[in-house]
Amino acid sequence: MSDMANQAAHDDGHGSAKSYLIGFVLSIILTAIPFWAVMTHQLSKPATVVLVVVMAVVQIIVHLKYFLHLDFTPHGKENAIAFIFSAVIIGLVVGLSIWIIYSANALMMYM
Amino acid sequence: MSLLGKLSLDAVPYHEPIIMVTLAAIAVGGLALLAILTKYKAWGMLWNNWITSVDHKRLGIMYIVVAMIMLVRGFADAIMMRTQLALATNGATGYLPPEHYDQIFSAHGVIMIIFMAMPFMIGLMNIVVPLQIGARDVAFPFLNNLSFWLTASGAVLINISLGVGEFARTGWVAYPPLSELTYSPGVGVDYYIWALQISGLGTLLTGVNFLVTVFKMRAPGMKLMQIPVFTWACTWANILIVASFPILTATLGLLTLDRYLDFHFFTNEAGGNAMMYINLFWAWGHPEVYILVLPAFGIFSEIVATFSSKKLFGYTSMIMANGAISILGFIVWLHHFFTMGSGANVNAFFGVMTMIIAVPTGVKLFNWIFTMFRGKVRITVPMLWTLGAMTTFTIGGMTGVLLAVPGADFVLHNSLFLIAHFHNTIIGGAVFGYLAGFSYWFPKATGFKLNAKYGKAAFWCWQIGFYVAFMPLYVLGFLGMTRRLNHTDNPDWNIWLYIACVGAFIILLGIIFQFTQLYVSIRDRKQNLDTTGDPWGARTLEWSTASPPQFYNFAKTPEVHSIDAFMEAKENGTAYAKQAEYAPIHMPKNTSAGVLMGAALTVMGFALIWHIWWLAIVGFVGTIGIFIVRAYNTDVDYYVQPDEVKRIEEAHLKNVAEVAA
Amino acid sequence: MSTLSHTMDAGAHDEHHHDTGKVTLFGFWLYLMTDCLLFASVFATYAVLYMNTAGGVSGHDIFELDYVAVETAALLLSSITYGFAMLAAHKKNVSGTLGWLVITFIFGAVFIGMEINEFHHLIAQGNGPDRSAFLSAFFALVGMHGLHVTAGLIWMAIMMLEVIKRGLGNRTLTRLGCLSMFWHFLDVIWICVFTVVYLMGVI
Repeated sequence: MSDMANQAAHDDGHGSAKSYLIGFVLSIILTAIPFWAVMTHQLSKPATVVLVVVMAVVQIIVHLKYFLHLDFTPHGKENAIAFIFSAVIIGLVVGLSIWIIYSANALMMYM
Repeated sequence: MSLLGKLSLDAVPYHEPIIMVTLAAIAVGGLALLAILTKYKAWGMLWNNWITSVDHKRLGIMYIVVAMIMLVRGFADAIMMRTQLALATNGATGYLPPEHYDQIFSAHGVIMIIFMAMPFMIGLMNIVVPLQIGARDVAFPFLNNLSFWLTASGAVLINISLGVGEFARTGWVAYPPLSELTYSPGVGVDYYIWALQISGLGTLLTGVNFLVTVFKMRAPGMKLMQIPVFTWACTWANILIVASFPILTATLGLLTLDRYLDFHFFTNEAGGNAMMYINLFWAWGHPEVYILVLPAFGIFSEIVATFSSKKLFGYTSMIMANGAISILGFIVWLHHFFTMGSGANVNAFFGVMTMIIAVPTGVKLFNWIFTMFRGKVRITVPMLWTLGAMTTFTIGGMTGVLLAVPGADFVLHNSLFLIAHFHNTIIGGAVFGYLAGFSYWFPKATGFKLNAKYGKAAFWCWQIGFYVAFMPLYVLGFLGMTRRLNHTDNPDWNIWLYIACVGAFIILLGIIFQFTQLYVSIRDRKQNLDTTGDPWGARTLEWSTASPPQFYNFAKTPEVHSIDAFMEAKENGTAYAKQAEYAPIHMPKNTSAGVLMGAALTVMGFALIWHIWWLAIVGFVGTIGIFIVRAYNTDVDYYVQPDEVKRIEEAHLKNVAEVAA
Repeated sequence: MSTLSHTMDAGAHDEHHHDTGKVTLFGFWLYLMTDCLLFASVFATYAVLYMNTAGGVSGHDIFELDYVAVETAALLLSSITYGFAMLAAHKKNVSGTLGWLVITFIFGAVFIGMEINEFHHLIAQGNGPDRSAFLSAFFALVGMHGLHVTAGLIWMAIMMLEVIKRGLGNRTLTRLGCLSMFWHFLDVIWICVFTVVYLMGVI
């Protein structure tokens, strides 16, 4: 009984060769685009920054979906919620820290 | 480069009579303890039943023992500071030289927060949470044992600093650039760093362990919104632990790189920015105080419901309030450094967020009051602590809202007003909560009740002593006295310093009563046995077991369909139902891997502090090696046979029946 | 409504056993979330300090994007090969699992080798972490990721021995699953590193 349950637990969480390949191809594209944009200076500076950030965010989502198999099925929901909660906390800690220090730097005419 | 790094015989502070007397007392006490253990041949029992135990209830008791020992150490620091300040007025120097005094206030803060309050809270959580959710143990019992020994390892390091070398002179926050190598060239800050890192790792693992336990190991049928309120409070605290302790680890790690490898994160030179340390420290530090106080709120909620003989008023709002406090706890940390100079916008945002926290906290207080309203309130010792906290914590909360106004904070920052405020919330909220929980769950953990007379005496000494000791500090703050002063020369302050010192001695009396209570209760335990497992007529699942609980907790995992599962069962007459047959119970075996890893990490920490690099490598490799050996040990569990379960269960049911008849 | 039924419930008492694997994977995922926050704190520090070059070099001067692109490729390839190792493991294919693990290990080792080379190069030029706050933050952030990858490689070597000695039982599969999450998670961190540190540093 315990073996069967374990088998079931593994079956719905590890993807297939096809899904790994999709994730891999998407990752290559999403890595190549920002490297190309930065190395060849095709776009203006602000446009490059936006492109690089968007590509990174999309690629993180691709990795989460195809490699880490994060989903909202009843089985995977807890992992997904834990990740979203962590992402919110990271956003708060990193965002507010940068705001705090940059504000202090500005007032002190630092640099 | 010597084989012992910076360590030499000069590291022992022979010239400090106070420390040498303390060390002598510890040595005599320690030897006496060893002699007693040897005389009663208790070593095997200690090793088999406690040190290597993976039982959450025993680990919980060990955590609380550590907390009690460290309470004595931390309080000794406190009373030394208060007497020093009462003696060193009008320009007198007192008896503690500044370099010693600075170590004392740093050690006092670190010990009370990290090695007294945290182990006390985690100890209660260990004893109670798995029982409340109807689980056999935590999700990862070995990890739980390891967590305890990591905490103990940190506590050992900080105590070694008393006799070998020195402790940090930086305050418990260890702000750079003062804590950088340039200004703190000694080993004090290194003791601070490694004691916190090792125990912090233990706390982090505890957080992960208990989250998995609560989310994956609940009794069948128990929905999220049926989890007992103390377990919910601990769960929020654990969420805060896993979200905030990594920030501390990172911050201390960066300071370590500065001190050991000449990096420049927080230095004055080469573009370092000390303000980032302050920022990151409090991004951990503020959630940390909620980690301390949320479980205390959970304890009050359990106690108020039990001793008002009523369902808790506003269960859902209580859980939501905890959640709100947890999330808000992550966006208020700048109020610890309004004066740093991030400007009006930043200060306004964090000030407003801080004030908003008063709302969910107020919700809790009203819930407790409404629970008592029209209930049959029994004024027992746990209830006294709860009532004391409700009044004291409210005052602390209100002075906190006052400090949340950035303009007011510019006047009161780092004054004794602040010191009074946070002792008001941490003692009045967290410590009173733990002491309430201690007397509430003591019979569950040990099988006998605590003596109520000494318990009441302890409570009143703490309560009165607290006001006498800390209300003068509010006044001194308004009079302009700042924190961490070694001696003063202002006649206006004297009287308040004297009163505060008297208050500290009244609290000392409270602690003495607390230990007397423990002694008397253990001596007279035969008269105070709790044979039913439910001495208070309580509501939640932990009281459905025997006292102390069977080592497997539940012979058959209970099924739960409501918040107060045990109360409902008692009302329906389904509690204490006899079973025809029992199934074998799968249990984890004890292991020595946790204590050995803790010991190896202590060695590593000590070696890193003293720059004994070869020994640090030995300690580190040893830790990893023991872990790998443990990972490939397949002999880690066993089954309790039905006959044994049946024998234990029937003995318990017989006891219950005798009391009922 | 509520019962604390102590009656026998045939077949349901093995609760401790049947989902230990799932429980372990969830616990490990929570640990990874704490690791995320550890990295986030250091990222925040990098974001605050990256302009503090103290008169020394900036990212613009020292980052070589084609080199980083090769490192990235190595890590990305190791991610998919680890995926194939997991697929083979679930099919109880011992030699397939080992083969893919060896390939993954090689890609990981290439990544680490290149990173050590880059660090060595920088330090030799006098651009070590003691030079400026920017370089401190750079070495700490990238080095922390590198230490994680190194730990992953050691773990992978131990897992290969475990697969050889004990085959692909449930316990081993769970452990491979944990390492899988760890390895892919480090890839996600690397996306943040090459974006925030290298690409943004050169733009």
